Amino acid sequence: MAGVAGPGTGQGAAGGDGDDSLYPIAVLIDELRNEDVQLRLNSIKKLSTIALALGVERTRTELLPFLTDTIYDEDEVLLALAEQLGNFTGLVGGPDFAHCLLPPLESLATVEETVVRDKAVESLRQISQEHTPVALEAHFVPLVKRLASGDWFTSRTSACGLFSVCYPRASHAVKAEIRQHFRSLCSDDTPMVRRAAASKLGEFAKVLELDSVKSEIVPLFTNLASDEQDSVRLLAVEACVSIAQLLSEDDLEALVMPTLRQAAEDKSWRVRYMVADKFSELQKAVGPKITLNDLIPAFQNLLKDCEAEVRAAAAHKVKELCENLPMEGRETIIMNQILPYIKELVSDTNQHVKSALASVIMGLSTILGKGNTIEHLLPLFLAQLKDECPEVRLNIISNLDCVNEVIGIRQLSQSLLPAIVELAEDAKWRVRLAIIEYMPLLAGQLGVEFFDEKLNSLCMAWLVDHVHAIREAATHNLMKLVQKFGKEWAQNTIVPKVLVMANDPNYLHRMTTLFCINALSEACGQEITTKQMLPVVLKMARDQVANVRFNVAKSLQKIGPILDTDALQEEVKPVLQKLGQDEDVDVKYFAQEAISVLALA
Amino acid sequence: MAGAGGGGCPAGGNDLQWCFSQVKGAVDEDVAEADVISTVEFSHSGDLLATGDKGGRVVIFQREQENKSRPHSRGEYNVYSTFQSHEPEFDYLKSLEIEEKINKIRWLPQQSAAHFLLSTNDKTIKLWKISERDKRAEGYNLKDEDGRLRDPFRITALRVPILKPMDLMVEASPRRIFANAHTYHINSISVNSDHETYLSADDLRINLWHLEITDRSFNIVDIKPANMEELTEVITAAEFHPHQCNVLVYSSSKGTIRLCDMRSSALCDRHSKFFEEPEDPSSRSFFSEIISSVSDVKFSHSGRYMMTRDYLSVKVWDLNMESRPVETHQVHEYLRSKLCSLYENDCIFDKFECCWNGSDSAIMTGSYNNFFRMFDRTTWRDVTLEASRENSKPRASLKPRRVCAGGKRKKDEVSVDSLDFSKKILHTAWHPAENIIAVAATNNLYIFQDKAN
Repeated sequence: MAGVAGPGTGQGAAGGDGDDSLYPIAVLIDELRNEDVQLRLNSIKKLSTIALALGVERTRTELLPFLTDTIYDEDEVLLALAEQLGNFTGLVGGPDFAHCLLPPLESLATVEETVVRDKAVESLRQISQEHTPVALEAHFVPLVKRLASGDWFTSRTSACGLFSVCYPRASHAVKAEIRQHFRSLCSDDTPMVRRAAASKLGEFAKVLELDSVKSEIVPLFTNLASDEQDSVRLLAVEACVSIAQLLSEDDLEALVMPTLRQAAEDKSWRVRYMVADKFSELQKAVGPKITLNDLIPAFQNLLKDCEAEVRAAAAHKVKELCENLPMEGRETIIMNQILPYIKELVSDTNQHVKSALASVIMGLSTILGKGNTIEHLLPLFLAQLKDECPEVRLNIISNLDCVNEVIGIRQLSQSLLPAIVELAEDAKWRVRLAIIEYMPLLAGQLGVEFFDEKLNSLCMAWLVDHVHAIREAATHNLMKLVQKFGKEWAQNTIVPKVLVMANDPNYLHRMTTLFCINALSEACGQEITTKQMLPVVLKMARDQVANVRFNVAKSLQKIGPILDTDALQEEVKPVLQKLGQDEDVDVKYFAQEAISVLALA
Repeated sequence: MAGAGGGGCPAGGNDLQWCFSQVKGAVDEDVAEADVISTVEFSHSGDLLATGDKGGRVVIFQREQENKSRPHSRGEYNVYSTFQSHEPEFDYLKSLEIEEKINKIRWLPQQSAAHFLLSTNDKTIKLWKISERDKRAEGYNLKDEDGRLRDPFRITALRVPILKPMDLMVEASPRRIFANAHTYHINSISVNSDHETYLSADDLRINLWHLEITDRSFNIVDIKPANMEELTEVITAAEFHPHQCNVLVYSSSKGTIRLCDMRSSALCDRHSKFFEEPEDPSSRSFFSEIISSVSDVKFSHSGRYMMTRDYLSVKVWDLNMESRPVETHQVHEYLRSKLCSLYENDCIFDKFECCWNGSDSAIMTGSYNNFFRMFDRTTWRDVTLEASRENSKPRASLKPRRVCAGGKRKKDEVSVDSLDFSKKILHTAWHPAENIIAVAATNNLYIFQDKAN
């Protein structure tokens, strides 16, 4: 709808004698100032409707000035306003008038609330593209300069995000000014502004001429990377990724690497953490040669950092780092320069480090191939499967598929089983839940024989767990297993055991039978459902516990579509009718619901 | 070390001549508990002064602009905004009442036309925005200016509201609430020099917060023993270094101060410096441990020194020397012989705070009988002054007071036995750039300034 009203139709948009059509707009305008935040918010969200009704001229001369001063409102209202204005160009008369949107967005770009400022900057960036080059220099660039030299840090931080959008389209002279403004923000007094500048440094570097990158951005980067504030230095690491992509290898070595090396050994663990966290990006940005000479030694240090947070971040990157090494010589590098450090981490003192490693270590097997995996990695996997921390064991088990492709799971199965059994009986139900979720995967990889022999009893035991979430997950697990191993297997191994529980003295276990039937009936098909399951369900309609009875009704509703018409009419219908007369309201309700859904009335 | 009790220096020895400026609060003799001031803090520019009280209220005073007709008046502090920061609460899970009392207020560096401050009670920290509004929107479509509804069918044109100037209105709005992170009582909050994080300390733990994130904080210090029966000390105060974003200190009930470096590791359980003065075995007594407990710790503005207050003295430490303080000033040494009765009336557990002047050349801390003490660090002179209404004529000089420790009482001296221990000055603040001080005496806030101009 934006953009329809051209400049010529301005006044006419709200004209005519259609008072009815004005009323809703009048309400919307009045509600811009309602006491209730929600109503103000709704009204702001329909700002385009108001603007359309007012026409482009009144929008420019009345609505926008009003909005420019409406910066006292709640954050969520301002946020919505900042967002709306980004799409408002059509409503103020098209690109020729896009600059009219700058004043309200400028005032929003100076509020204290970060989310609002960020949204205003986002909208300003959007609108900058709609300015003609002339308008850009006449209106947009002055705005950026005003913000960049504003009294409060809020406006200066906002300016940081706007340089890169106006720079490419500005004239030569203006470009120099823009660079000058950016430079001064990089050495601003307040750390907030330096942080904003550091976080936009990479983005700004990308739109600069290569010479300026070398002569201006690199010194700024070097300064920010040695700022006294840790929070500024760590952002410089991120900028490093973008800057590195722009420079040749020689320039990189001379201009950026000294700073990066320094960051990897920074006194503050937060900066080293950032290097570890951005390692893959850095690796890609600096290319293979520098990676081998510089990054690998740095990575080794990060893997044995004194701060566990740093080791964990580095451990997370092990697989990606190895994957991204050049194919030639990759195996040797990993075996000689990475693996020794990984071996140390397997017995780290910190469980987060071990669990971070466990989540990626299996991925190395595809990179290293069968021989190395069996000889070097397998002992590590086995050690981790016996780790005292359940998270580590779980992470290994959840990534078994990687190893399976390389060496097959059999190599592991002897150690796997005790690990699984232990997790399956862990005192924390969340741990039990996690291992249940991996069961279908394990079953698929270990095969039906191994499963029947070792794991089947576990799966059945979970059905009678004292935590409902576990019983529920166990039910779902059975369905997945049946999908994997087929009906016949279900009929022989699962269904009989499930049905026996229908006679359990504990009503919760009897209900589990019903839940299992709900889950399994579709996978098992009509024959098994009709012959084996249905009789049990029908029998349970006489249960003395109401919860069981109404679950019978729900189960019948669920399995009804699988049964044939005879069974439905002759067996299900009478039972549901009887339940429909039950003394318990819930039973009655669900029975009647089932009757109507199955169309048995 | 320093002239003990002010005996050695002449009356009015402090080079500054302090005079009365203002007093805030009710004159009544019977004081409502809720009105008792529990914290005082100047903003970074000194233009605003905030107080918190036991009733959970925060009162902000603003310094009036220079008055042209009275060129010598340097601007008084008048009420700018008053708001209820905290309400009494009840923790139903632990059956605990949570008092509304404001334990600490800390201003954020000014970042926009509005001002921000953090206020905390025992459990919850709140970030407040204090802003001004001087425009009001006018003009509705559906009603007239006097509020009468218009006939919806007679609306023939749309009106966009316009903004008109109005009387200045100051609003305080809660921007963030940082809750549920402290099991024990919060005693300190301190904003980091990075302007994006702050710490909060309770008896056993220190947490690090991001000012924009309320649902997550990081525990950086935890001194809680696995078995609470082994508990021997608690954290009494904590503060960030004014310039180094990675350095913080915390003091303990055993009289020691630990300095931590957040750069070296994520958990600051291992301190990097440990400040402790060796105990003099000859003065050891039953009360030694209680009176050595540090009640406040404050970095100097320069960041080179820190000051700690214990029950009887205030000490200045050089951050580069851990073995002993570089200065020890006795605040009220004459009480050493009264510790027994101070223990019985619980006064010995009073938590006196201390503060630096803007240039770090003088320090101030409170005492009993509405007395407060100032120590000049360059001349080693000290003075005892009294916050009282008796001499509360504008620009009247404050007369130095002296306490007679024993022997024959001289004229103008106050005997130790006649000190009023219910009138205690726990909270004081010094303007960051000028010689203006704010002294909280129970429910009254006194503002004094030097006579220089």
